[in-house]
Amino acid sequence: MSVVLVFLAVVIGFSFWWLFHQKVMEKPWLEHGVRTALPETDVSGMPTAKVALAVFLAVVGSLFALFASAYFMRMDYADWQAPPLPRILWVNTAILILASVALSCAVRAARERRREITRLALVTAALATFVFLAGQVTAWRELAAGGHYLDVNPANGFFYLMTGVHGLHILGGLVALGRTIVKAWDDGVAAEQLRLGVELCAAYWHFLLLVWLGVFVLLAGWAGDLLALCRQILT
Amino acid sequence: MVDATPRMERDIPPAEVPELELYHPKSWWTTYVFSQDAKVIAIQYSGTAVAIGLVALVLSWLMRLQLGFPGTFSFITPEAYYQFITMHGMIMVIYLLTALFLGGFGNYLIPLMVGARDMVFPYVNMLSFWVYLLAVLVLVASFFVPGGPTGAGWTLYPPQAILGGTPGGQSWGIILMLVSLILFIIGFTMGGLNYAVTVIQGRTRGMTLMRMPLTVWGIFTATVMALLAFPALFVACVMMLFDRVLGTSFFMPALVEMGEQLSYGGGSPILFQHLFWFFGHPEVYIVALPAFGIVSDLISTHARKNIFGYRMMVWAIVIIGALSFIVWAHHMYVSGMHPWFGFFFATTTLIIAVPTAIKVYNWVLTLWRGDIHLTLPMLFALAFIVTFVNGGLTGLFLGNVVVDVPLSDTMFVVAHFHMVMGVAPIMVIFGAIYHWYPKITGRMLEDWMGKFHFWVTFVGAYAIFFPMHYVGLVGVPRRYPEIGEAAFMTAPVGNLNAFISVAALVVGFAQMVFLFNLVWSLRFGKEAGPNPWRATSLEWQTPITPPPHGNWGDERPVVYRWAYDYSVPGAPEDFIPQNDPWPEKAAARPA
Repeated sequence: MSVVLVFLAVVIGFSFWWLFHQKVMEKPWLEHGVRTALPETDVSGMPTAKVALAVFLAVVGSLFALFASAYFMRMDYADWQAPPLPRILWVNTAILILASVALSCAVRAARERRREITRLALVTAALATFVFLAGQVTAWRELAAGGHYLDVNPANGFFYLMTGVHGLHILGGLVALGRTIVKAWDDGVAAEQLRLGVELCAAYWHFLLLVWLGVFVLLAGWAGDLLALCRQILT
Repeated sequence: MVDATPRMERDIPPAEVPELELYHPKSWWTTYVFSQDAKVIAIQYSGTAVAIGLVALVLSWLMRLQLGFPGTFSFITPEAYYQFITMHGMIMVIYLLTALFLGGFGNYLIPLMVGARDMVFPYVNMLSFWVYLLAVLVLVASFFVPGGPTGAGWTLYPPQAILGGTPGGQSWGIILMLVSLILFIIGFTMGGLNYAVTVIQGRTRGMTLMRMPLTVWGIFTATVMALLAFPALFVACVMMLFDRVLGTSFFMPALVEMGEQLSYGGGSPILFQHLFWFFGHPEVYIVALPAFGIVSDLISTHARKNIFGYRMMVWAIVIIGALSFIVWAHHMYVSGMHPWFGFFFATTTLIIAVPTAIKVYNWVLTLWRGDIHLTLPMLFALAFIVTFVNGGLTGLFLGNVVVDVPLSDTMFVVAHFHMVMGVAPIMVIFGAIYHWYPKITGRMLEDWMGKFHFWVTFVGAYAIFFPMHYVGLVGVPRRYPEIGEAAFMTAPVGNLNAFISVAALVVGFAQMVFLFNLVWSLRFGKEAGPNPWRATSLEWQTPITPPPHGNWGDERPVVYRWAYDYSVPGAPEDFIPQNDPWPEKAAARPA
């Protein structure tokens, strides 16, 4: 459970830091008058949707940290046999990075109010993401063709499960991205509003890229080696 | 006094924020059924939770009939008994307590108490309820499928949960259970995002975090915990569903069933236990923290005294929330773990008693020399304190490995957790309903029915669970439908069991009086007025009672003080509402 504990330590640490900046040392019984809650806090300028996305990403992070914890704990049992890593995963990783980069460009273009480039970047990101998903399905088929079915070994089970859950999150993101693209083509939508949508999509994509890199490291087996190394050093 | 008024008026954001424009429902459907008003969603959540809770109540009666009078009721087979146990536990913990505290009280109270017009994402909030309802329906459906609901125990431990020997293990029961839990978690996440973000972003002018009522602090912290802990249950459920349906071996070791080698092999049941309790222990506090918060407000209001040690109360809530993530393995002392692990988790378990004890002291010190009104909410709050101390003390016993190992499988544990997370939070729920019913409906609940309900429930709960500790100490194991001949099954133990069962039936029937009161008072209750308890927090200061969609009329309230200004020397009344700028100028009060 160490992975999820490390993740939680980060989340709890951040929460305490935030709380500390909310003046939890105040003595509310000694004060009166209007204390403006919003301008005095760090989150004041932040749109509500961004705060909500941050909270949601913490939940998603917790989910994947728990999968990783389960992966490490299950891995120690004798029957564990990792399937070969499909080569195409490298290509998929590169494509997902491309999607993330495209969304970064979209954010920049949206901030500079260049509608045309924003549209182009958004569509590129969406296409790259579709290619990524297709690539993931190809990886599944490759594994299945090699006889590495879901129920043959728990390592295979984790492979399908984690890539599947990650893919579902990407699919959900594509719905939001699709709505943002529609907005980008609608000239009635204000530049500010579009910018917010693009920024939210970009943040989500960067986070899911990070999660994918973590999952990739796990599935490639490097995480196990790293862990073994750590244990060797500690004992 | 510190004057906290900001120097420049422009620092104050306008009361009217465009995004918070009133949402006007167009038709009967969008007003009462597919409503996006947090208050309607709260009622929907509470109604569903209470309805499914009644099913769990009846199941507990059936279990007690079997335990108190073994062999008398032929329709309660061992399989049925296990199904009753499983469904009773699961419904009470997740579909009743979690849904009622967060979905019910969270939805109703958070926007009103922080001065918001609604939750920040009303549409997602509405979806949250409908997904929850779907989860409940899937759960109910499992009663009607061939083989019946799962009988794996509420912890659903593999491998037995998905084997043929357990009711529902090889039929639809366990699948529907897991699907229902997954749906519940998805629905809760939608609601939870709303509760947390509304507290962070939706507060009105002047409502700093340290001016929020403790109810909001409790619900907020519990929501954040639930958002982080429920994924553990989600992962466990998905992986078990894979094991059951797709034949993977995440949790399933190599097994021979009825002389037949199963296709599973090498899995780890302990892995499931870690995942389950990583959710399961925070769950205890997900239920307890809202109760802590609500009871603080009830005690302060009905003792006409500010809460003792407000800051300490807030910090204790937050620290309990953080600590509760590193105590989970105290549910697994008998799983054969490394002794150092047991030592570590026993230590953290005892440490978490410190902030909890701080809260109990502060409640008692709030009562000390207070002007205690023995109203119904206060009676239930007092009942909560004694019950929680009782249950908490046996928790200190069980937190130690050496004491837990012999007691772990006995009725002592059943008595402990029912006291601490069954009876205690339910007392707060009742107190809270008696307290806020006038705001929700505009009428008071009938007092004599309430008093009857309180005394029967309070005394009856002790008649059930106090003897159960002794039954456990003499060695009666839990989870057995019938024990038969055993050295510890003496005549007195049998009599105690019968007594407990009769008490359980009586307490159950007293709840019908409560339900009748809820319906009867809706029509015939005394008119309550806007603020019958003369309370300070914002929900009592709405211009109209019951508050309509949008809560605040034309302008959101401005907050000038914390929520606990009771009996302030020199003030015209013994309470000063949060939106009253006294002593600067008189505020307009709702008529």
